Amino acid sequence: MSPEPDAIDRAILNRYQGGFPICERPYQVAARELGISEEELIRRLQGMLEHKQLSRFGPLYHAERLGGGLSLCAMRIPADQFEQVAEQVNAFPEVAHNYARDHAFNMWFVLATETPERIGAVLQEIEQRTGFRVYNMPKLREFFIGLRFEV
Amino acid sequence: MVLNEQDYRLIAEIQGGLPLSSHPYAEIGQRIGLDEETVIGRIDAMLEGGVIKRLGIVVRHHELGYTANAMVVWDVPDERLDEVGAKLGALDCITLCYQRPRRLPDWPYNLFCMIHGRERDKVLGYIDRLISSEGLAEIPHKVLFSGRRFKQRGARYQ
Repeated sequence: MSPEPDAIDRAILNRYQGGFPICERPYQVAARELGISEEELIRRLQGMLEHKQLSRFGPLYHAERLGGGLSLCAMRIPADQFEQVAEQVNAFPEVAHNYARDHAFNMWFVLATETPERIGAVLQEIEQRTGFRVYNMPKLREFFIGLRFEV
Repeated sequence: MVLNEQDYRLIAEIQGGLPLSSHPYAEIGQRIGLDEETVIGRIDAMLEGGVIKRLGIVVRHHELGYTANAMVVWDVPDERLDEVGAKLGALDCITLCYQRPRRLPDWPYNLFCMIHGRERDKVLGYIDRLISSEGLAEIPHKVLFSGRRFKQRGARYQ
């Protein structure tokens, strides 16, 4: 189990999901805002990365503006074939993450491709490989989100 | 915004994360043959241009104890989509709110939002409360909790 984040970890998590200073010594600037030293901030970030509480400390790209394709896809897979199909789907390098969900549509994954045109081609390949229909549900519009994830 | 070859090198270099060292932007620059000022300038420009949505911590909800991760999907009449999307997006507990296409007849839902919590009952409680506070009782919805996570990685760029 990961250690529970303490008050300083929580302050780091809450404060720096939305943005991080872009200047010569960003950790020093951020640490000053938190009232700790630069070394301590770096050590805490390293610790949280090691415990996998952070997946990354860096950029979140807008895939479409980078020229890539991105879509959420769903499939309905009978329970007794779920494991096998999950393996087949996850073997595609374009599948960025994949979650089981409790619904008839029980497999949900994100496809990220180098070009938008590739989405359709990869979907077809997945359908051929697995024998099940893939429902393509790309984002049509994003509604404004006020706050970040609070811990 | 138009990206140049140098930007793509920078994008690939920082996608796994910023170096955890006192001069991270200088260090990135050294690796790809740019000076610190250029790295800072281009990252700023990419944030401004929306190529980088945000820069900072990307959390793993599950490891932070937020294991009840619900995707709530709604079948919103088209004429109410603006209103309902704006209302849901404004709530603190909602971390994403997207319009996606219906896939009739199998899938009637066109608005998706994510809610993360520590316990299923609490998440269901939030949802009940927001339905009454936001006047959404007439809009059909489903709550899909996540089970196992099979794969998680960010998208990779060359």
